[in-house]
Amino acid sequence: MAPPKSDLPQGTLDLLILKVIALGPVHGYAIAQRLEQVSRGVVQVPEGSLYPALHRLENRGLLAADWKETETGREAKFYRLTRKGLKQLKTETADWQRLIYGIGLILQMADGGAE
Amino acid sequence: MIWWKRLWRRRQMEAQLEKELSFHLEQHTSQLIGRGIPPDEARRQARLALGGPEQVKEKCRDARGTRWLEDLLLDTRYALRTFRQKPGFTVVGLLILSLGIGATTVMFAVINSVLLRPLSYPEPDRLVSLRGFTEAFGELWGCSNLDFGDVKRESQTLALAAWTYGGGTISEPGEPEYVNGRQISAELFSTLGISPLPGRAFRLDEDRPGAAAVAMISYGLWQRDFGGQPNAIGSALVYDGKTYTVVGIAPAGFQLDGEADVFTPLEQRQDTDPRMQNRAARFLRVMARLRPGFGLAEARAELALIARHLAEEYPKSNAGLSMIPYPLEKELVGDVGSTLWLLLCAVGLVLLIACVNIANLLLARAVSRERELAIRVALGAGRGRLARQCLTESAILGVGGGLLGVVLAFVSIHPFVAFWPGSLPRAEEVHLDWRVLVFAVGTSLLSGLLFGLAPALRIPMRGVEQTLRAGARSIAGSSRRLHSAFVISEIALAVVLLVSAGMLGHTLLALSSLDPGFNLHNVMAAHFALSPGTLANPGKVREAWQDVLDRARRVPGVESVALADIIPMRKGENSVPYWTTATPPPPDQEPIALASCVTPGYLKVMGIPLRQGRFFNEHDRIGSEPVVVVDENLAQHAFGSKDAVGKRIWIPAMGTTPALVVGIVGHVRQWGLAADDQSRVRDQMYYPFAQVPAPLLHFFSSIMSFAARTTIPPLNVVEPLSRELRGVAGDQALYEVHTMEQLVSASLARQRFLLLLFGVFAGLALLLACIGIYGVLAYLTGQRVPEIGVRMTLGAKPLDVMRLVLGESLVMICVGVGVGIVAALAAGRILNRLVEGMRPADLSTFAITIPVLVIAALFASFVPARRASRVDPVSALRQQ
Repeated sequence: MAPPKSDLPQGTLDLLILKVIALGPVHGYAIAQRLEQVSRGVVQVPEGSLYPALHRLENRGLLAADWKETETGREAKFYRLTRKGLKQLKTETADWQRLIYGIGLILQMADGGAE
Repeated sequence: MIWWKRLWRRRQMEAQLEKELSFHLEQHTSQLIGRGIPPDEARRQARLALGGPEQVKEKCRDARGTRWLEDLLLDTRYALRTFRQKPGFTVVGLLILSLGIGATTVMFAVINSVLLRPLSYPEPDRLVSLRGFTEAFGELWGCSNLDFGDVKRESQTLALAAWTYGGGTISEPGEPEYVNGRQISAELFSTLGISPLPGRAFRLDEDRPGAAAVAMISYGLWQRDFGGQPNAIGSALVYDGKTYTVVGIAPAGFQLDGEADVFTPLEQRQDTDPRMQNRAARFLRVMARLRPGFGLAEARAELALIARHLAEEYPKSNAGLSMIPYPLEKELVGDVGSTLWLLLCAVGLVLLIACVNIANLLLARAVSRERELAIRVALGAGRGRLARQCLTESAILGVGGGLLGVVLAFVSIHPFVAFWPGSLPRAEEVHLDWRVLVFAVGTSLLSGLLFGLAPALRIPMRGVEQTLRAGARSIAGSSRRLHSAFVISEIALAVVLLVSAGMLGHTLLALSSLDPGFNLHNVMAAHFALSPGTLANPGKVREAWQDVLDRARRVPGVESVALADIIPMRKGENSVPYWTTATPPPPDQEPIALASCVTPGYLKVMGIPLRQGRFFNEHDRIGSEPVVVVDENLAQHAFGSKDAVGKRIWIPAMGTTPALVVGIVGHVRQWGLAADDQSRVRDQMYYPFAQVPAPLLHFFSSIMSFAARTTIPPLNVVEPLSRELRGVAGDQALYEVHTMEQLVSASLARQRFLLLLFGVFAGLALLLACIGIYGVLAYLTGQRVPEIGVRMTLGAKPLDVMRLVLGESLVMICVGVGVGIVAALAAGRILNRLVEGMRPADLSTFAITIPVLVIAALFASFVPARRASRVDPVSALRQQ
């Protein structure tokens, strides 16, 4: 079976998930929805790769999970950030911003050259 | 969560994963329904958005990081299931493996205990034994008492101690009983680093001539004669007519070179043993502990220096003598090492054949599973994953066989040690410890890997499509070649074992037919202890011995009797230098002869042929001219072609007067049938007991043996003889009785033992190789049934088909035999070096063993060949 293609640049899914969870404990479906809302549908997160990513982050100790009741009274797995996860989020955010800044500089320069 | 916890809670985690995903689907579905989509369609869209639930789950499981362990569990379960489905294969495989691993484990356990484990003394690696070395004698196991004293005083690097053999009759407490004893120097126990409990070791002031008579006894004797009571310390022990005070009990199981029950101070021997003051009498065994701060190299250098000083000071006895420290272990263990390693190698070969056999079976199965594997590859299974599964299977088989093997080893190790010819040194220490278990587990896993590798490497990666299209009937050429290679290696290994066994058998036959130099039938020999009362009175000793001989001669069934200090092929010897003029050459160039002290009846008792002159008679006594009788070897070496009778030889050990050679007798294989040819001392001489000077009589009495030629089976006279020879006080005894037949046969015990085990191993190897060749041919011809069908349709006769199959097997057999012969020649070299008297591999050995193997292997191929010839062409073609 072929791996489902993500429209996200490699490695950014973890960062987005961490960012969403940083706002407070949340379950998998809510994460998927929030990612979609936040990016206003521009970034389509394939749900198939969401759960493996969550499990991987949990396994690495960046996330912790508890089974809690939702507002509707159903039991769901709520993810929250661990201290390690928070630190990871901060460094990855900084890395990402530096990368975007750098790429932005290069792209502007290229535009200038065309004019 | 820790990884093993995750593994443990696998089921729970699976349930949670399921719950999490279904929650997601439900939420999504209900949201879609909220947007007005019909429920069925909503559910479908939610499912599509998530992707296949099983695929998502699989990826989540991968994310857990314990995948390999879970796979291992799965593979294990799968393997156990397949084994259950094929109980025949499993039972045969386990049986073969457990035999191989069990036997290998037993051999390793013995090697581990006897050779590898350090001695059970503190800091055993600092213990050494001292041996002398001269050009003429080679290695000397002993050291003279005077040399021992000098080295002990002068050495800065070594703390020395010594002991020597002894033995005597305990007359109190308990029944009179002959026991082995050792005379030990006072430092022995402290040097070894052990202390008697209860009681104490000897004090230095007790290890002097004339000091109070004190003794230590063994733990066994303490239990036997003193009931294990603590008041044994301080009580009296009458040993060889002398009353000793018991001062200590040796620790249970304590032994130096063999067990002993009574220990007495060495220096007190001065009173009775003239050798104590003779620098040339090297009868002490010396051991030492390296002093703190010194190593073996320093000790070696210092000993060389001391030996040089001694040689300068006492050139007559010590010229050319050097002293060398060896690890003590070697001294106590002796030369069983080579036998043990040989046996481990032989057992290892059998195990190897067993592994090849199982690899064959597994490979056959792997080939028939090729289609299944190809399907799995097509479905995306990785090659590593499938190889891991194959290896898991064989590892389980290996470990299962290993477990059974360890059980087998546990049961059989003590019978095996008891079965060892003679006594295995350190036998009481042999048991299975963690090292043996690690060895067994390692061997099992290695075996598993060995026979699992071939099937694992056969996993199809390329040409999956062809495999799938061709179906189960096709058989790849590489598998055929691999099968043949297995059979060839099995046959080669079997050839090695068969030829080795053949060589040993040939050797044993050749050695058994050697003339020992005496008539071994109807002769018994035993040590004899004179009454301690008689020994206390030197004037009576000669008479007492004469009385023993006279009484013995009257016992019915006894034909002739004699006394001798050395009995051929029994432990104990006395080598002395001799020369043919009054001025001997430098001591290290003197010829050496084995000297035995005998009574006139000896020649008749042993049936040694008289070549020339006469043997001793009653006129050779103290005061008359000293006489000797020499054997053919000595006569030849000393006098060449000239007539030896009437010549004189000088024997420094026996005084300055030369001895007249009065007769020449045949050579006796003193050192055993096998070992005699290689021994350094092959000259022999005899001197009359009647000419032993009076001061030495007490000492000689302690070493004289009694021998008798009988007209009835020799052991039948032992009981009446013992009764007749008890003496007035009833305290004289015959002990350690042997017949000469027993001694001769014991001298070949090592060869016989090796032959027996090699024979068994070779038989096993032959059987396994035949099973292997049968299995492979049955499988290969089974695969070729359609082809055979075509051949028969085209006119091939059953005989042609048989010839086809047998020809194929004959090629494998011939190649295997060829490879095997080359390997066997190499193995023969090793045997030649390690087993004394070994005959080199000759044509007849090959001519006997190889046909056995070829016939057996052809017989094994006959069954599949016949089956192939009976193939019904029509049904065979229909299969196609």
